[in-house]
Amino acid sequence: MIVRVSGEGQYRLPDSDAERLNELDNRAVAAVEQGDETGFKELWNQMLELVASDGNELPIEELVESDVILPPRDITFAEAQGEFTGEGLIPD
Amino acid sequence: MPGMGGRMSTVIKSKISRLLDRAEDPGETLDYGYQKQVELLQNVKKGIADVVTSKKRLQMQSSKLEQQVVKLDTQARQALSQGREDLARMALERKTLAQTELQSLDGQIKELENQQEQLIANEQKLRTKIEQFRTKKEVIKAQYSAAEAQVRISEAANGVGEQMADLGLAIQRAEDKTETMRARASAVEELEQAGAFEDLTQLGGGQDDIDRQLAELTSGAEVDSELAKIKAELGSGGGDAPALEQGEKEGSA
Repeated sequence: MIVRVSGEGQYRLPDSDAERLNELDNRAVAAVEQGDETGFKELWNQMLELVASDGNELPIEELVESDVILPPRDITFAEAQGEFTGEGLIPD
Repeated sequence: MPGMGGRMSTVIKSKISRLLDRAEDPGETLDYGYQKQVELLQNVKKGIADVVTSKKRLQMQSSKLEQQVVKLDTQARQALSQGREDLARMALERKTLAQTELQSLDGQIKELENQQEQLIANEQKLRTKIEQFRTKKEVIKAQYSAAEAQVRISEAANGVGEQMADLGLAIQRAEDKTETMRARASAVEELEQAGAFEDLTQLGGGQDDIDRQLAELTSGAEVDSELAKIKAELGSGGGDAPALEQGEKEGSA
């Protein structure tokens, strides 16, 4: 599966990582909804670590659509809150 | 990818595809996207330039304050050597305030500087990416109009489209950050221009600023000790001793 880290690049990860990534993702959003900044940061780092450890960066010439697009690496908690409560990185 | 429904990634992905839904003629969309990116990056650059200007003005303000500190110190010494402890005290009070102001100003300048460096690094990174995108866009357009292997090309077009949208998102974010920075810089600047610095020279007359009065209270001890220090210095000089004694009498009266 292809994962993009927004603003950074694309990585190829084994399909078997999908479930784990998915779970972390949902927990991260739950943390945001509960206003748990520490929890969010922790989960978000785990997601990035998963991408870093299992992923191979795609060369820039490769033109494929991503299966998963993750937020920018340095997303702030405030941005995440905006992101998942309607107002996003891009205004709707 | 079946089974991918993570909510964070879904939100971002749907935003990106919403950006891409506006695509009709891929070539046109890519050109438009590129143009948009260049424009947005211009805004980022302008924003950075404003932050730099604000910072420069604050630096000038800071060196004015530094001069003020030196001047007030000299005045305090002069006043004391002529036996005017009341004037010396006033000058030292002002000096303490100017120093506090100077410290906070320098802190703000430093912070602006850090952020400015980050903004510039980010802008350069984005500029490189936009340039890469421009090249890629031309390749895709050529392939597309050649109408070869349509399926593969449309896949690639989706890929480049995603990249375009994502780049757009990154630039947008850089612009927002720059805008925030610009607003903060000019707020500090306005505060400096309208505020405390001008008042410093007016101190003593009609001060009603609670903050400043509190600052005066806490600086009182500092003023006392500095006064004593200068007295000692002048006293050890020998020549000014008679004037100093006179000053002490006046001060205690």
